[in-house]
Amino acid sequence: MKNLTAGALIAGSTMLSPIAAFAQTEVQFWHAFTGRLGELVAVQVEDFNASQDDFTVVASFKGNYSETLNAGIAAFRAGEQPEILMVFEVGTATMMSAKGAVRSVTEVMEASGAAFDPDAYIGSVKGYYTSTDGEMLSLPFNASTPVLWVNRDAFEDAGVDPDTDLSTWQNVGEVLGQLKEGGSTCPLTTAWQSWIQLENFSAYHDVPFATQANGFAGVDTELAFNGPAQVAHIAAMGEWAQDGKFIYAGRRNEGGANFRAGECALFTESSAGYAGIKAEAEFDFDVRPLPYWEGVGNSPQNTIIGGASLWVMEGHEEDEYEGAAQFLAYLSSSDVQEQWHKDTGYLPITTAAADATRESGFYEENLGTEVAVIQMTTNEPTENSKGLRLGSFDQIRTIIDEELEAVWAGDKDAQAALDSAVMRGDQLLRRFEAAN
Amino acid sequence: MRSPVCLLGASEMEKRVTFKGWLLPLCLIAPQVLVSAVFFFYPAGQAIWQSLFIPDPFGLSMQFVGLGNFEYLLSDPYYRTSFLTTAIFSTLVTLASMIPALFLAVVADRLIKGAGVYRTMLIWPYAVAPAVAGVLWLFMFNTRVGVVSWYLGNLGYDWNHVLNGGEAMGLVVVASAWGRISYNFLFFFAALQAIPKSVIEAAAIDGARFWKRFWTIVLPLLSPTTFFLLVVNIVYAFFETFGVIHTITSGGPQQSTTILVYKVFSDGFVGQDLGSSAAQSVILLIVVGALTIFQFKFVERRVHY
Repeated sequence: MKNLTAGALIAGSTMLSPIAAFAQTEVQFWHAFTGRLGELVAVQVEDFNASQDDFTVVASFKGNYSETLNAGIAAFRAGEQPEILMVFEVGTATMMSAKGAVRSVTEVMEASGAAFDPDAYIGSVKGYYTSTDGEMLSLPFNASTPVLWVNRDAFEDAGVDPDTDLSTWQNVGEVLGQLKEGGSTCPLTTAWQSWIQLENFSAYHDVPFATQANGFAGVDTELAFNGPAQVAHIAAMGEWAQDGKFIYAGRRNEGGANFRAGECALFTESSAGYAGIKAEAEFDFDVRPLPYWEGVGNSPQNTIIGGASLWVMEGHEEDEYEGAAQFLAYLSSSDVQEQWHKDTGYLPITTAAADATRESGFYEENLGTEVAVIQMTTNEPTENSKGLRLGSFDQIRTIIDEELEAVWAGDKDAQAALDSAVMRGDQLLRRFEAAN
Repeated sequence: MRSPVCLLGASEMEKRVTFKGWLLPLCLIAPQVLVSAVFFFYPAGQAIWQSLFIPDPFGLSMQFVGLGNFEYLLSDPYYRTSFLTTAIFSTLVTLASMIPALFLAVVADRLIKGAGVYRTMLIWPYAVAPAVAGVLWLFMFNTRVGVVSWYLGNLGYDWNHVLNGGEAMGLVVVASAWGRISYNFLFFFAALQAIPKSVIEAAAIDGARFWKRFWTIVLPLLSPTTFFLLVVNIVYAFFETFGVIHTITSGGPQQSTTILVYKVFSDGFVGQDLGSSAAQSVILLIVVGALTIFQFKFVERRVHY
């Protein structure tokens, strides 16, 4: 709150001194945050602008993730692109392949006088946005990972001990049965089914989602999520859906409303769901690590991130790149990251910020907020758990959504649905390969 | 005595004006040609050109593939299915927006008191933007907090358009047709008012009841309006409904509400696959063009002006 007031005051004062602003180099920053997240970004930008006199960052909201990416692309085609563009993780391969449209963060930072140490960033967070030869392509901005949210009151209402071990899907499966018998109308629901139940599932069990190191090694990648581990998981969830133990609420995070209203006992959702759940839930809740199948693959490996990163676009003056570099360095600083992590539930992107948060005692006061950090950082990422870099990935996710819906509705078995999703997705990957 | 047909022919002959030279006629049609060129021929030409390539989103490179995009689309069974989905959707939207509109117009036409109030109220929904209408209907039918789904639940019907394709289709049809009813109502109502009272009264004196008069006099006299609305509503269902679908179902569950225009939108503007999206708009252009020609050639024959 104090920060907000300070931000507002600074905003007011910069508006009152347009002459000073004229002498500064403007850096355009297009993002996809509105509401509370938008306010927090505005504060970061105002604080940065107040911290020095050479640059002014101008932040503009451009719609949701897809719309922001589209706005950036359209602007590039018209020669009006911003210096910094926020792109969701799904658009990573699109941006990466756009050689001549983007400049890597490593290059921008090294050419500038800004402080930059690639090793300061948490490996499993930056890994998603780093090339195979170690070049950081974009700066992770808001990164989250899926966790299991537990409604403790719903457990008690159904006569199930809320402290039951829920670390494996085997245990969860049993608990779902007990919850159902105890009268729960929604034992389990999920948000972002492709991201959680297939993409993260594959990384967590150390099985490939796609060939060529999940696309990191080249665009000639083929989907591989129809392996036995994934099929068994989707088949189990399909069975739970038929038995009324898993309630499908929609492709995005529609399930969140059901969970926050207290209807659902278990909910697999991003760690960034924290702010919303904390604000709305009128029940005792708990955060647990995402469950894994005991004995399947190399589980638990580590989960991967979702969210967005900041890309620096080509076609600007050197002093504008200097300004962009300074702003990115500011965003990576420990204090800014620590505050961001505490406010939003997004992961800290540097080890220093993670340590600072731990030392501040935040995790003791807000139990469960550390689960995501531990889940991401305990193991060194493997080829299967670094992340995904697939072209046309937004469309591939839609295909996965469609095929999974066929499983939840009982129209297809898990193997047939995943085989079909792989076949359809591969066609898109071949088109993407041809385009790039 | 000369036959009326001859008279008509003669008067048409007399009315025809001929211009000397080319300049004046060219100037007179120039604005219309210009508007069509800028807003139709140029973009349509661009779409046809783009459909021959697989471009990258940033416009940095283009891969010529000839008819490859069309081949890819037409060999995709899911794309072929979306033709059927579009046919079902468009037929339902057209019927669901025209029949109630005609009914309401006939009823409002018979009103003596308060006709103005009814008319105004009936026109209101047209002012609601399609995407907003989508959200409204989605809210009423929300599987958890929706008013309608709650009542249906009390009646023992488990409404779940998130997994049930038929229910999802019903919902997007209703949401798309709702605002259109007002638009159609306006046209039908105006057309009804334009029917001479003397014709109706003469039929009434001859003993024709309401329904007899409706089928044999009113409906045929409404046919120009009905035909116009048929063409306009089909075009609406084909092109302008993606906002509703985007907000309510995003084409799901599975592909049960993925109509052609929604796929153009999502592949082009969400998926950045501009080549495929361009090819799809060319196909859509051909389909709607053919449909409109068919309507003018065959359906219009039954229209009495």
